[in-house]
Amino acid sequence: MEVSFTSEHEELRQTVRKFMQKESTEQTVRNLMETERGYDARTWERMASELSLIGLAVPEKFGGAGYTAIELGIVMEEMGRELFCGPYLSTAVLATSALLRCADDAAKAKLLPPIASGKTIATLALAEESGRYDVGAIAMRATRDGANWRLDGVKNYVLDGHIADVVLVAARTDTGLGLFQVEGSAPNFSRASLPTLDLTRKLARLTFNGTPASLVSGNSDATSALEHVLGVGSAMLAVEQVGGSQRCLEMSTEYAKTRLQFGRPIGSFQAIKHKCADMLVETEFARSAAYHAVFCAAGSDENELKSASHMARSYCSEAYFHAAAENIQIHGGMGFTWEHPAHLYFKRARASSILFGDPIEHRQKLGALLNL
Amino acid sequence: MPKHEITETELRGRVGKLLEEAHPDKVDQFTFRGKQFDHGLAWVHFPEGYGGLGISPGMQAVVMDELNRHAKTMYDDMAINAIGIGMCAPTVLTHGTQWMKDNLLRRIFTGEDIWCQLFSEPGAGSDVAGLATRAVREGDYWVLNGQKVWTSLAHVSKWGMLLARSNPDAPKHAGMSYFLLDMQSPGVEVRPLHQITGEAEFNEVFLNDVKIPADRVFGREGEGWKGAITTLMNERTAIGGAVSRPGGGAIGLLVDLWKSRDRKRFMPEAEIVLRDRVVRLYIESELLRMTVQRAKVARKAGNPGPEGSVAKLAQAELNKRIWECAMDVLGADSLTYEAGYERRRPNFKSRETRLALAKYQFLRARANSIEGGTSEVMRNILGERVLGLPGEPRSDKDVPWKDIPRSA
Repeated sequence: MEVSFTSEHEELRQTVRKFMQKESTEQTVRNLMETERGYDARTWERMASELSLIGLAVPEKFGGAGYTAIELGIVMEEMGRELFCGPYLSTAVLATSALLRCADDAAKAKLLPPIASGKTIATLALAEESGRYDVGAIAMRATRDGANWRLDGVKNYVLDGHIADVVLVAARTDTGLGLFQVEGSAPNFSRASLPTLDLTRKLARLTFNGTPASLVSGNSDATSALEHVLGVGSAMLAVEQVGGSQRCLEMSTEYAKTRLQFGRPIGSFQAIKHKCADMLVETEFARSAAYHAVFCAAGSDENELKSASHMARSYCSEAYFHAAAENIQIHGGMGFTWEHPAHLYFKRARASSILFGDPIEHRQKLGALLNL
Repeated sequence: MPKHEITETELRGRVGKLLEEAHPDKVDQFTFRGKQFDHGLAWVHFPEGYGGLGISPGMQAVVMDELNRHAKTMYDDMAINAIGIGMCAPTVLTHGTQWMKDNLLRRIFTGEDIWCQLFSEPGAGSDVAGLATRAVREGDYWVLNGQKVWTSLAHVSKWGMLLARSNPDAPKHAGMSYFLLDMQSPGVEVRPLHQITGEAEFNEVFLNDVKIPADRVFGREGEGWKGAITTLMNERTAIGGAVSRPGGGAIGLLVDLWKSRDRKRFMPEAEIVLRDRVVRLYIESELLRMTVQRAKVARKAGNPGPEGSVAKLAQAELNKRIWECAMDVLGADSLTYEAGYERRRPNFKSRETRLALAKYQFLRARANSIEGGTSEVMRNILGERVLGLPGEPRSDKDVPWKDIPRSA
């Protein structure tokens, strides 16, 4: 799998970078993170209508731009740099990928166009009380109710679950794992947003109490399809982490060049310089891991995607956290203040290392794949 | 003949003519490689008359391919004269005198003369330009006194390229000259330098009133540093090129070792922790490979990024951790080592088993973060040249070398 970007890719990157620098400024992030909904509806609408970013990976026949995971990854990396606040990972990555992989054509035709046009916020509810993003750990049961279905139980740590118009829920039936569609406004369905450590990414706890749902994945077992979705989600989260990690490295380097102590820039001290050099090495390794995973997500080899996403999530999580932590340290006392953005990256890094499985879990799974 | 007109087909034809005249399966190494040199097929990017044709270095692959098609005997430059061919020949060509070019290049290529490079000293490691070996001019000779260290192949070398201080009153970089030393000269004493593996891959070289004729200088007196840079640049090129295959190299050996161990040797809880370390090292090895690969793609596209510079540092640190982990996988088996391993020349036979190799590599890997630039120097390079951070204030610039404090 050779990673190489075309000039069109670079153009997309520059477009998204400019947009994010303008629309996801530190002040905007701070404003949005203190709201419950956590995103700006007008910006979201522009991302759909002007830039076609929401339906980037949705096929054209379902109202999208028809691009691949590679373009999606570029957008995620640029969002990671600026801590973009919005339901992109939930709607444009997880829910879109789940529908593309699991749903029948009727469901795709009904659900994907309003996602691509920015009208529908959608998410995938997978983890339960344990918080584990692991297809094998799903226990929720779906029961038949005439032509329809009912769901009972709890889905926790659901990305943007409190605002989603459509929630795609993974639950078990007698024939295996199924993917169900639940309307945000469904009866017997309660949603509570969680007070999150990372204020820039919203999570919710969803309680199902005989909640009506429709099966979108047909009669076949959705286990391997959902594993693929998690692989794609992992690749996207990893490349978002690379964007954040790179930004932390830039902030640290910039500050080390200008902050004077003992009569000279602190970056001239090897104690600081070597921290920056290590952040550079780790960020470049993380970039290799994430790009590899993204290109695998655009490819067709499921085993390669699995091992690539485990590698990426293990390495990128630790690299981003380390970069974000060192960024605070290099900024000294100022880096510890609420006013400085270092803590926003630190918290994003910390929280994103747990989503979709922590590094230990990913290494254990990779070890099993490699027969180690 | 105009140089750019040599096509690949024509080059293959020239190899054919060489093979008619001398075939490596029929004549000895010196004869064959001598003819190869005379035909300009030794290093094709060198000028005509000096073993080349003045064409792109990439065309050397065509020569190798053509030789490979028609001969069973293939010579490996690295095995024949690693330092001579890799580093000394380019320096002789760029900074050598007419006599040197005419008389030395051919014998470097044939392997008749083995070469070594004498830069490092006990008091000049990372700071090579601070070296203290003195060269004093006496009539038609330079007289040298001092000590060199970490000199590979000195014990078998005919010639050495030696950097010494010819003017201690000049600032450090300006007071050095670069000499061609006949290693058989009176006053040159070579002693094996035993490293922590017990083996002596390298030597110490002592210089006591060694006389070097005044015309055996690369470049001009006082401009030794410039010549040394040529040599060192070629060293970096030689080290930085390799990309291993997936799961190959050191990590492949660790994975092998891990899989081959009887699980009953591990406490179950310890096995889980060790496995996590093995997987972690596997991931980092894969990422190193991918990063070097990305660097190659970027270079080809004409946008060299920071990927290449991180490789040396990352590789050294990773390799040490891989072999530390291997020792933990070996557990109590790591308490023993081959009997009598102290004080000998490298012995490859003794590393044939998995266990012995792991223990040897564990010791050898300590040098990875020292040789060819310490990890600390590499971090400075990354910080200053890639990230643009300011350098340390220096107390050794623009002052006479003799006034710079030095270790005893």
